[in-house]
Amino acid sequence: MKITSPPQQSPHSDQLRVRNAKPLIHLQGVSKDYFGSTALKPMNFDIYAGEVHALFGENGAGKSTLLKIITGDTQPSSGKILINDERVKITSVHHAKELGISAVFQEYTLVPQLTVEENLFLGSDLSSGIFLQKTKLRKWAKQTLERLEFDLEPNQLVMNLSHAQQRMVEIAKAFHSRPAIMILDEPTAALSGRETKQLFAMIDVLKAEGIGVVYVSHRTSEIFRLSDRVSVMQDGHLICTHTTSEIDENKLIELAFGHRFESFFPTIKSNTGKQLLSISNLCLTNSLVQDASLTINAGEIVGLTGLAGSGAADIARACFGLNQIKSGVITYLDDQVYNKELGINELKPRAMLDRGMLYLPADRRTEGLIMEHNIRQNISLPSLSLAKFSSGFWVRRKREKHVMESVSRRLKINPLSIENVLNHLSGGTQQKVMLAKGFVRDVQLFILDEPTIGVDIGTRAEIYQLLQEFCDAGASVLLISSDLGEVANIAHRVYIVDRGELLAEIPHNSISEATLSHYLDQRETALS
Amino acid sequence: MIENRVKQAPSSWQSYFSQAVNFVTFLYIKGGVLPWFLVLAVLGFSLSSEYFLTQTNLSGISMHATYLVLVAMAQMLVMLTAGLDLSVGVMIAMTSVVSSLTMGAMWSGYGSGWESILIGCVAGLCACAGIGLVNGIGVAWFRVPAFIMTLGMSSVVLGLALSLTGGIPIYGMPPNFTDIFGYGVWKGFPVPILVTIPCIGLMYLFLNWTRVGRYIYAIGGNLRAAQLSGINTKMCLIIAYTAAAFFTGIAALLITARLDTGESNLGVSYPLLSIAACAIGGVSLQGGVGKLHNVVLGAVFIILIQNGMNLMRINSYYQMVAIGSLLIISIMAENFRQQLMLTYKNKTGSSI
Repeated sequence: MKITSPPQQSPHSDQLRVRNAKPLIHLQGVSKDYFGSTALKPMNFDIYAGEVHALFGENGAGKSTLLKIITGDTQPSSGKILINDERVKITSVHHAKELGISAVFQEYTLVPQLTVEENLFLGSDLSSGIFLQKTKLRKWAKQTLERLEFDLEPNQLVMNLSHAQQRMVEIAKAFHSRPAIMILDEPTAALSGRETKQLFAMIDVLKAEGIGVVYVSHRTSEIFRLSDRVSVMQDGHLICTHTTSEIDENKLIELAFGHRFESFFPTIKSNTGKQLLSISNLCLTNSLVQDASLTINAGEIVGLTGLAGSGAADIARACFGLNQIKSGVITYLDDQVYNKELGINELKPRAMLDRGMLYLPADRRTEGLIMEHNIRQNISLPSLSLAKFSSGFWVRRKREKHVMESVSRRLKINPLSIENVLNHLSGGTQQKVMLAKGFVRDVQLFILDEPTIGVDIGTRAEIYQLLQEFCDAGASVLLISSDLGEVANIAHRVYIVDRGELLAEIPHNSISEATLSHYLDQRETALS
Repeated sequence: MIENRVKQAPSSWQSYFSQAVNFVTFLYIKGGVLPWFLVLAVLGFSLSSEYFLTQTNLSGISMHATYLVLVAMAQMLVMLTAGLDLSVGVMIAMTSVVSSLTMGAMWSGYGSGWESILIGCVAGLCACAGIGLVNGIGVAWFRVPAFIMTLGMSSVVLGLALSLTGGIPIYGMPPNFTDIFGYGVWKGFPVPILVTIPCIGLMYLFLNWTRVGRYIYAIGGNLRAAQLSGINTKMCLIIAYTAAAFFTGIAALLITARLDTGESNLGVSYPLLSIAACAIGGVSLQGGVGKLHNVVLGAVFIILIQNGMNLMRINSYYQMVAIGSLLIISIMAENFRQQLMLTYKNKTGSSI
């Protein structure tokens, strides 16, 4: 079976409002539970031919779970999926492709050493016997690119393309299988304004071809520019689906972030002390970051926010010695820890840990934790050289165990689970374990990179509680987050980063979700 | 639901059967493949040969296992860091050559020769540790993949060892060396075993009770996370490779003493056997996971298999087939275990 779009599909989205046309796919009462916790509450969702249906909501609202269900990556716990009024079970990503559902996710899936055309047909069978039909391949690639009005030579190597072009090759690759539905998950995340415009033009072509597009984005301006309908998600609920032209931006933000936050976020008192960290005119080698300057005082939470790929994390990583610095001066407490002209560079994880800085990365699986090791070993790892845990060569295992018992109480986890391997624990617990690295040593500055990503709502509240504790104890937190709601409600001061530039510093009294997204959108329109 | 039904109606034999299957699965998930291998091997060999379970044979097995136990522990150290040491074989050859040459040159031919034995052993160990140091520096500083570094070094070191000896066995070591370290018995225990047991203890302390041991596990588990935790990963890697070489060197000295000659063609089978012992003992090829006692058991198991096959008069060529297959099967079994663990977790919602 394959999803078929109606033969004479009008490309005009206005026609969609006449709901006599059948949706390409219809999800009825679909929900998803993971090990007893609900990721997605029962919801309805549909996509019509030739429309852009936007999904809007904060991180962890359930967007990715919904996409996973549509693309067959996971099976819903209840509810049914209808295609052409027939109930189907999408068993795998491959099956979804056969049904005509293609997805372009945030991570790049192209092989950089191959050419555009080779990438386009990778995985699809275009061979006679064992040999590839090269001439045919070339012709087809040209056709596909032309259809999408995409100006690119098929024999170019993918690694020589820009981010936007690579993104578009991925879309072309998805388009090539003639899908009825295409899912674009934050496609503009790492793109510049001009590149974004190119991409939008391409999406217009997709629409005109009668493809139903699911468009996920954090940027409200994009949603209003592109989409015909928008569905708002929050905490696993699909709150509502609106025709985009019928609502405005403020309404959309209010729907997505709601008033829930007032109670959800703790009010953290700042007891601002002396200056802890100051960065001036920082430029990085392998990043967009140019001329960034910021300061952090003792006892405050500073937000550093920007959309994915903005370079906010790069600034923080540079302070921990994880990014190469081109120029700039970094001062920690009263010492210069980086100054190229004076030849000072003390930015190494060990040295900065010893000075009381702790950086916890966004990707806990690849950088933060050792998944095959247990909670105890993970928490004590950065602090093993302290007298608390070792004397000379030897690890003081009894003391270690003792310390961990008190840590488990603070983390609200079963003390017996201290010996459990992380792989078997929930994402929320893993995240808490990572934060707990800060419990067993003296930390003055926590640099937390997306601390609540992929974490359930209950754990989020606990994590905010921990931030409050850190702050009350006189430590400061540099909170890097692309979740505007989180930054707006937790931070005392916010820096906005966009495409490697520090756009603005927003003082405490004027921080709000709306101001933050206003800044980013202004920038967006200025660039496009 | 199925499990509930089993609990309600335990009378039918089918439910007993499925419970038994569940129990076996559980044991397998918990204990891995090694206990099953051991039980099967002991059962099989003791049924096929009366001699297998005699005391003489068992003490022979433990005596022979010491060499592989030492080398497997060395291999384990490297594998824990997510590396692989293919040069353990040539390290044995080099240590054997250097120590026997030194002893031969030092010993006058009269007296006990203790001085020359001591100096010879130290020279051999230094040569071996030197090879490990080079391996470690290559892997840590110059980021040569462990596989390539140690493969390259095996050729380099073998070439050097051959050029030192011209391929001819070296004689002329003090008889005490062979009499004591090769065949000596103290209070009923062969000396090689008496040397190996403290080595196992030392390794246990190193891996479980020292910071560097913990760091070695961490580096193999997740190199990036270890770096972000402020661990000097380069230093730890170098220590791991050098310590591995040191333990291999001890094995090499014991082997040389047993043979009473220094030979440059020793140790050819040890890279494979030691990796097999680790793999059967559940050391992860991705690094970071592995228990010392399982590796020791894995090494003993391999010697046991070889011994059993010898008793059954199985051709040595077929023995090679069997050992290679065991290595591959143990990896397959481990992967299968991981999969079972996942299903078990999904089914019950709890971890083991």
